[in-house]
Amino acid sequence: MGPFIVQFLTGLSNASALFLVAAGLSLIFGVSRVVNMAHGSFYMVGAYVAYFAISWLPKGGFWFWGGILIAAVVVGLLGTVVEVLLLRRIYRAPELFMLMATFAVLLVIQDLALWVFGAEDLLGPRAPGLDGSIQILGALMPEYDIALILIAPLVLVGLWFLLNRTRWGVLVRAATEDREMLAALGVNQKRLFTGVFFLGSFLAGLGGAVQLPKGGADLLMDLNVIAAAFVVVVVGGMGSIPGAFLAALILGELTSFGVLFIPQSTLVMMFFVMAVVLVIRPYGLLGKPEGVEHTVSELAQWPLRKASRKLRVTGAVLAAVLLAFPLFAGSFQLILIGEIAMFALACMSLFFITGPGGMVSFGHAAFFGGGAYAAALFVHHVNTPMELALLLAPTCMALLALVIGWFCVRLSGVYLAMLTLAFAQICWAVVCQWGRFTGGDDGVLGIWPSPWAGNEVIFYYLAIIISGGGILALRYLLFTPFGYAMRACRDSRLRAAAIGIHVRRRQWYSFAVAGMFAGLAGGIYVFSKGSVFPYEMSIPRSFDILLSVLLGGIHSLSGPVVGSAAFIGLEDLISRVHFWRLILGSIFILLVVCFPQGIAGYFSARFAKEPGDQEAGSERSG
Amino acid sequence: MQRHGKEKILEVKGVRTYYGKAQILFDMTFSIRRGEAAVLLGRNGAGKSTTLKSVMGLVSPKQGEILFKGRSIAGLPTYKICSLGMGYVPEDRRIFAGLTVAENLEVGRRPPRAGFEPWTPERLYDLFPNLQVHKDRLGGRISGGEQQMLTIARTLMGNPELMILDEPSEGLAPVIVDQLAATLENLKQDRVTVLLAEQNLGFAGRICDRAFIVDHGAVCHDSPMHELSAGVCERFLAV
Ligand SMILES: Nc1ncnc2c1ncn2[C@@H]1O[C@H](COP(=O)(O)OP(=O)(O)OP(=O)(O)O)[C@@H](O)[C@H]1O
Ligand SMILES: [Mg+2]
Repeated sequence: MGPFIVQFLTGLSNASALFLVAAGLSLIFGVSRVVNMAHGSFYMVGAYVAYFAISWLPKGGFWFWGGILIAAVVVGLLGTVVEVLLLRRIYRAPELFMLMATFAVLLVIQDLALWVFGAEDLLGPRAPGLDGSIQILGALMPEYDIALILIAPLVLVGLWFLLNRTRWGVLVRAATEDREMLAALGVNQKRLFTGVFFLGSFLAGLGGAVQLPKGGADLLMDLNVIAAAFVVVVVGGMGSIPGAFLAALILGELTSFGVLFIPQSTLVMMFFVMAVVLVIRPYGLLGKPEGVEHTVSELAQWPLRKASRKLRVTGAVLAAVLLAFPLFAGSFQLILIGEIAMFALACMSLFFITGPGGMVSFGHAAFFGGGAYAAALFVHHVNTPMELALLLAPTCMALLALVIGWFCVRLSGVYLAMLTLAFAQICWAVVCQWGRFTGGDDGVLGIWPSPWAGNEVIFYYLAIIISGGGILALRYLLFTPFGYAMRACRDSRLRAAAIGIHVRRRQWYSFAVAGMFAGLAGGIYVFSKGSVFPYEMSIPRSFDILLSVLLGGIHSLSGPVVGSAAFIGLEDLISRVHFWRLILGSIFILLVVCFPQGIAGYFSARFAKEPGDQEAGSERSG
Repeated sequence: MQRHGKEKILEVKGVRTYYGKAQILFDMTFSIRRGEAAVLLGRNGAGKSTTLKSVMGLVSPKQGEILFKGRSIAGLPTYKICSLGMGYVPEDRRIFAGLTVAENLEVGRRPPRAGFEPWTPERLYDLFPNLQVHKDRLGGRISGGEQQMLTIARTLMGNPELMILDEPSEGLAPVIVDQLAATLENLKQDRVTVLLAEQNLGFAGRICDRAFIVDHGAVCHDSPMHELSAGVCERFLAV
């Protein structure tokens, strides 16, 4: 009985930090509609600042807790600075662009943290007065865990009081419902938003700081916690703070007991709970359904056009150049161009569901990296020939996408995106943790093409043909009835349903198609690289793909190709430099601030004619 | 008929407003004096709501000038326009459904106007007893008519000098409409200026001194309310 109780209490203490982070994320999203990717970074900075604050301050219980509070306040101020300097400029930009901005902040903070705090993992200090253990029916329970258990309910009550019993809280809740009406009643939203950002970041910092004595501080905390926080928020119901509390408790218990029974499987268990909850309650335990769609999708204003004559000519010229390329390029360039092509196929598959499909995925690397792993594992374990592996990779990913998509298409918008991210993170965790089968962090090495394709020029042609073929196939699909129905579902679910389209099933299939082509891209990619590592399935990889799509512009069919060329080119240029994430992040921040409507949007607005001119909006062609 | 000050509290001059690329207002021009009650009359889609939204800064006019108490407000953020002393009741009520009735009122609360008794929830409950009954109920859980009362009460909590109401009588029972008319009459006693958009001529006629007839995004006729001829009504208001 004793160990059982201790395990239960440990679960509660695990839930504490998770709840703090998730509550902040939910609060910020509810008011500003910003999915703050940098929220996990705030959590990480909280842990580091607490570490240094506590080691600088005098010893003793009072100063220990003072240090934790200082860390939370510092992180709150950091969040405020980010909001005032960056987000405030771009609230009018499309949601995806705000996301890109917060992801850029995440990149910048990663490198700044490395620079300021160092690469070493830090062991947290013991809490004075709470460094012992107590006996519960013969089992030992660390005292600090007991203290942690108390923090979450205290914060929950505090937040409840703040939101329900103060004028500020009433205004915050009003802002989650109707910001425009709030302004019409004379409320300055800017200040409200800044306050909410402070509070949300404060909570993230507090979460990071309080778990310091238990988990220490390291540079991977940001991405680990953001995925877990997304799961909590989705399970609890977006915007519901009691829901986040409940979900954090459930998931905390799960990790605690999961470790007992099936070590290494905690994330899979999380997935399982999330799946069950979403099947029963698509909007989470305590979430409310999203309102019925009010507006037609923003993208509906950008009808896709079949290729114009000019584009066809450009395409033909490009194809000719690519085919003639080996005549005058060295092997390095051949590999680079080949990789751009494969990456472009991955981007095109994401564009396929994001642009025309209207489903934003934050976890597309699950399929790209998944395809790479599928091919590599077949080759590694059963000596599958390359040709067969290139068929198996997309097949496996289509199946995986069918499974993941089945859950995802039940949701829409940001909820869907968060769910894809959580799934991708789970796939990544499986690959990392199942070392015996997947090689874990060491990856799978020695995956080379069949002898006939071993020549780099031949492999180059193979890569170009597979990737180009995939891109054209996806493109072609958009102009078949399948593609039209898909766009109809994006533009108006209700109307599409009214003319007899089974919206969910249609979205499910398109999700699978996208997964399949991403898997194909990953499959050929692994033969080009010769190896695959978990990075190919990680969140940063997913965002590489998403950022490329956004860079190229979500409005135009050639966007993914242009975007991936720009992205890989940029990465190739700067990834050899120290702190390249800092540079890349800063470039993205600049792009977002300078072109808040998106690059494509900027150019079309710039060259659009006077209002009243009907042509102006629809001039972009595929 | 009441006498009005000379001061023009609101002047709308040559305003052109677009939704995207569609032009809705074409040189909208009119002005109201302090203490006056004016109404914009017009067919569905004539541009009444768009005019009111342009004044509130909810849509920004591409061209033209809007002066409130002599100060140019075109391009100011909505919350600033409101805090200069304007109150706005939208046509679709826009109650905060997840907030209680009392909390909805709290959102609207603003500092009192110097020299006038401020509105309090208690005074408003006297005016709209239904709200008193449901004051702890969620805004989304009261009837449409009660929501209409709530949206008006919520705006009054801001103690506006200029009260803009978009079809306030819509969906209310005749008794309540009478009561609303009496309330607006009382507001005029407090030197609050009223600007209505209405379809209900009878209601408008009871409160308003001036009528502006809006057609195709411009004022095409402007007269004191009691001089509004049947012919004009026939021409511009018949659907
Ligand atoms: N958000 C919008 N986007 C595009 N067009 C709009 C929008 N809102 C209104 N319109 C158009 O602008 C025109 C004027 O609308 P407005 O709401 O100002 O009319 P109104 O005079 O208030 O009509 P009603 O008496 O029906 O309320 C209409 O043709 C309408 O279709
Ligand atoms: Mg109207």
